[in-house]
Amino acid sequence: MSRVIAPLLLVVLALLPLWLKDPYLLNALIITGIFTLCAMSLNLLLGFTGQLSLGHVAFFGIGAYVSALTALGFDVELPFGLVLVVEPGSPLLGFVLAVLVTALCGYLIGRLAFRVRGAYFVIVTISFAEVVRLVALNWVDLTQGPLALTSIPNMVLPLPGLGETVLRTKMQNYYLVLGMAVVGYLVVAQLVTSRFGRAMRGLQQNESLALSLGINATRTLTVAATLSAAMAGAAGSLYAHYLRIIDPDVFLFSYTVTMVIMVVAGGKGTLAGPLVGGLIFGLLPVALRPVMAPEAQWIVYGGVLIAILFLMPQGIVPALDALTRRLRRARPAKSAPGAVEAGANP
Amino acid sequence: MLEISDLFCGYGQVSALKGISLKVGKGELVALVGANGAGKSTTLRTISGLVNARSGTIRLDGVDVTRAGPQRMLQMGVAHCPEGRRVFPHMSVADNLAMGAYLRPTDAALKADYARIYDDFPRLAERRHQMAGTLSGGEQQMLAIGRALMSRPRLVLFDEPSLGLAPNIVEQMFAIIGAIRDAGTTVLLVEQNAFAALELCDHAYLLETGRVIKAGRGAELIDDPHVRAAYLGG
Repeated sequence: MSRVIAPLLLVVLALLPLWLKDPYLLNALIITGIFTLCAMSLNLLLGFTGQLSLGHVAFFGIGAYVSALTALGFDVELPFGLVLVVEPGSPLLGFVLAVLVTALCGYLIGRLAFRVRGAYFVIVTISFAEVVRLVALNWVDLTQGPLALTSIPNMVLPLPGLGETVLRTKMQNYYLVLGMAVVGYLVVAQLVTSRFGRAMRGLQQNESLALSLGINATRTLTVAATLSAAMAGAAGSLYAHYLRIIDPDVFLFSYTVTMVIMVVAGGKGTLAGPLVGGLIFGLLPVALRPVMAPEAQWIVYGGVLIAILFLMPQGIVPALDALTRRLRRARPAKSAPGAVEAGANP
Repeated sequence: MLEISDLFCGYGQVSALKGISLKVGKGELVALVGANGAGKSTTLRTISGLVNARSGTIRLDGVDVTRAGPQRMLQMGVAHCPEGRRVFPHMSVADNLAMGAYLRPTDAALKADYARIYDDFPRLAERRHQMAGTLSGGEQQMLAIGRALMSRPRLVLFDEPSLGLAPNIVEQMFAIIGAIRDAGTTVLLVEQNAFAALELCDHAYLLETGRVIKAGRGAELIDDPHVRAAYLGG
């Protein structure tokens, strides 16, 4: 199913700006795309290893701050009278550093939490996100605290034929996010079908069997957390250079919840799940805004979520999978709807 | 080939093994029989490194491997076919087999090994792209055996291969295990179906509450009055 949905979405999304000129809608699509990238990174952990990172927003936020601070430059006083001065750098360098720093954070969290796993990983990730948020709020010298980092430069890309291009317009940023989402999708797709991916899925499906086959659980999960964090960090960097202002609210717990909703509703453990879930729950508030009051919007948002999970407990993409399998089976046999028991497989 | 002496092991406060000693010779098929909770599975799990021994030693070809861990044991040629949920249900048959070769991903002989297993188990070849969870119980057990063989083991530990299978499939399973031994691979078999296991094996050990209470050739144990009374239904 993912093989059909993903290319289809790509074609539609690539052509969309040709007739959609409304900057508000384009903005909504860009933000949705960035959060979909986060959902894809969360899916790598939650969907393919079964480990729930409830502090995933931390990697997103760290990516945003690292990238913004690299581009803006800063000076902070360190202990022992040392002063660290960083000159403003290229946003592209910021992006690279954001990926590297968040990868390192993911690695450390993984090393810390995966010896015990399960609930402990959930607790460690929540605490980590909260600690990082408090640091961003209180280390005013570095982050400006609640005053926010402002005037962050737009992303710069060395484009073939055009040289160094500053991505100022919404259209440019739209294609940047779309391109990153494609890269992220391909990376995850490649990863989960590789030997390493089999190890991840094996640990999730039958841990003791996986261990007996020589799979090192701690190392496999740590690598998965590292890659997942790096992807969320990349999304954070895009966010910072697109919005051009970030404050400690990038660490809000509700962002993590949004990512989890996108993954679970779309179908965790499927490649297209986070894309479908991301688009639906990213764009739903936009679609509801003109037709109802804010309070009603959230009620509908929750209602849609409950309806999806009630009707399709595995998520949208697995439900579509089962549906096509059922249709394919029913057609050649021309049988009554009784002969569909195989469609119930998860 | 495998020599265990005075092995103690337990889970928390509970002692599961209270001084097990046994030997498996090269090319032999050795059976561990006994009731539930006798420590049969724990013995296998300790050998393959999934459970740590409290004391005692496990030697493989004279090398002390008591604390080697699962990865090292597999590299030394010991494959474990655990009981219960035997396959990765949401992975294809081919991916399940690939998991068996996890530690030798770049081995040139890998392709030939897949071909050999699909040859031996044509059912698996037919269903190679199907999710393993949709296979029948007998097919899942064949897949588990095939996966264990993918690591090119010298010694295979089978834990209750007949559990939950239909009687005619059980017979087939024992024939396959016999064939593995005949092909030169050493086998240590844990089985509740004591009669079938004793008939098939070269040597057998009877376990009771964590101790070996009888050892001998399979045929001897079948004829033993105590064994008949307790495990073979008179």
